[in-house]
Amino acid sequence: MNVTSTRPGDYAGITHEIVEVPLHYPGRRAWWACFGVALLLLLSFFVSVGWLFWYGVGVWGNNIPVGWGLAISNYIWFIGIGHAGTLISAMLLLLQQHWRNSLNRFAEAMTLFAVICGGLYPLVHLGRPWLFYWVAPYPNTMTLWPQFRSPITWDFFAVLTYLTVSILFWYIGIIPDLAAARDRARKRRYQVFFGLTALGWRGSARHWARWRQIYVVTAAIAVPLVVSVHSEISMIFAAGPIPGWTSTVFPPYFVLGAAFSGFAVVSMIAVVLRHALGFENLVTPRHLDLLGKLTLATGLMTGYGYWAEVFDTLYGGDHQEFGTMLDRLTGAYAWSYWGAIVLNFLPLQLLWWRSMRRNPLVLFLIGLSASVGMWCERYMLLTTTLYRDYLVSSWREFHPSFWEWSLYAGMLGVFLTLFLLFVRFLPTISSFEIKEAMFEEREAHHA
Amino acid sequence: MREPVSSPDEVFGVLAEFDRAERLLEGARRARAAGYTRLDAYSPFPIEGLAEILEFSDRRVAWFTLIGGVVGAIVGFGMQAYANLAFPLDVGNRPLVATPAFMLITFELTVLFAVLSGIGAMLALNHLPRLHHPLFEIDEFRLASADKFFLVIFSNDAHFSRDRVAELLGSFDPIRVRLVRHTEPPK
Repeated sequence: MNVTSTRPGDYAGITHEIVEVPLHYPGRRAWWACFGVALLLLLSFFVSVGWLFWYGVGVWGNNIPVGWGLAISNYIWFIGIGHAGTLISAMLLLLQQHWRNSLNRFAEAMTLFAVICGGLYPLVHLGRPWLFYWVAPYPNTMTLWPQFRSPITWDFFAVLTYLTVSILFWYIGIIPDLAAARDRARKRRYQVFFGLTALGWRGSARHWARWRQIYVVTAAIAVPLVVSVHSEISMIFAAGPIPGWTSTVFPPYFVLGAAFSGFAVVSMIAVVLRHALGFENLVTPRHLDLLGKLTLATGLMTGYGYWAEVFDTLYGGDHQEFGTMLDRLTGAYAWSYWGAIVLNFLPLQLLWWRSMRRNPLVLFLIGLSASVGMWCERYMLLTTTLYRDYLVSSWREFHPSFWEWSLYAGMLGVFLTLFLLFVRFLPTISSFEIKEAMFEEREAHHA
Repeated sequence: MREPVSSPDEVFGVLAEFDRAERLLEGARRARAAGYTRLDAYSPFPIEGLAEILEFSDRRVAWFTLIGGVVGAIVGFGMQAYANLAFPLDVGNRPLVATPAFMLITFELTVLFAVLSGIGAMLALNHLPRLHHPLFEIDEFRLASADKFFLVIFSNDAHFSRDRVAELLGSFDPIRVRLVRHTEPPK
């Protein structure tokens, strides 16, 4: 099995192809066009957050009972997307799937930026965001501690740990490639930048041995970490005694939905990146095929979650639960339920065909459809439940205001800006792991 | 293993450059067989078996990860138990130390401490960051991150003699053999 179509043993060619990109970026005009759009969206972020901080959360459509609104459903959507990067990188590393090497770097970068966007949401959602650190346990003159039995407090620890571990895993995985960029850099500013960030890495056999030990251990820890983080996020819902959130399928349903939306976004990024940077020989149709299979598999498992929720309601026989279910199918927010069903699961069925999985455009469109569909699902789960609880007197509809949509656009701007900077200035594919796989395949071939 | 530390213009070691990983493996094996113990190999990617040839058997990174994890678990659970016992909040006579509810934060801090400790140990034991190194003075060494493989026998080896080491490395079919000097520390 050949990882790439490049000449076997052509290590210098691989290094050149990947590491030269930040040093001599190929499509500057296209990059600037994208970056301009990203900066406009980023402007929307700062304006929306400024307006929000000036006037308070009243500028949003949030109300009682729907106190969470778009901020929290988007938070879940962003963190969920992030999970796929960790899963692709860590799980496939442990399973020794060499094809991961063409995908893991940018998938992990996607994780980082998605978690940053997700993490910002609960902060700006606070009425008094400058007191956000009260959620952290620290000795203080008020002798106040966070309520450790609350999923909201768990959330702080889960997201903080996930962000830290994701950054470190990504960073130790990129150090050898930063060293390669340092060694090829001609311009002073690149030499200094890559020289500092590579930490003086020189590829010593002893360094590699210790690096390998911790890289594999971190990967092994990262997989259950992902499961714990999104299970915990489902607990934020499930701990609320409200019809629609009490199904026991919630933790796996959330984790698989997260992986599904994430694989969809990784597929989209893979398609765009290979085209934009000329990586067609590194991210081959075979990689698209495998991404398509992962998306299909996790999508079908997410579909099982939908079915299990319905089954739970019918089997449980609680008439309030039943009412919520009917309301989802036919009520004020039926568009989000049917939007999720249609966008998530109908185009997905095309992925049963190999020719569809290997077609970049088709894969991109299915990925886009699934990420929008998963957004509908997060919105539906949050809104349809909160706006109608047990007391009819507290029923109230929720409609996002302009400032919530502009903040959402701005958050996409945060993601795009960070991702475009990553694409422009760092090696987006793991060159040393591709070289390692090439060497091992040649060894196996000779033996 | 310690690399030699010395004043400028003294010999740091002798370096051989190879164009193939197999030659580096073979060279390292034969240098070990010739009795040299203070040597290191440099490659653009991790090579299976190379560390074993150099008799590298350091498992401290794994131990640091484990210790970090255990400390994280104790800190995580201890913090929650302490806060609840020292500042009791009776909610319908439920237990103050609610073990199942404490488990998620305990797990997260176990992971956080294990990874921080393990990665910190990896960097510290590798003496990184170290932005300046005598090998970086050798022009060809920049290819150690691209497609060339290097073997260095250090001058603090008990059997080190400039000419004999250069002769031995020359017999391994290298592209070139170079003397590496200590450099002045960066100003």
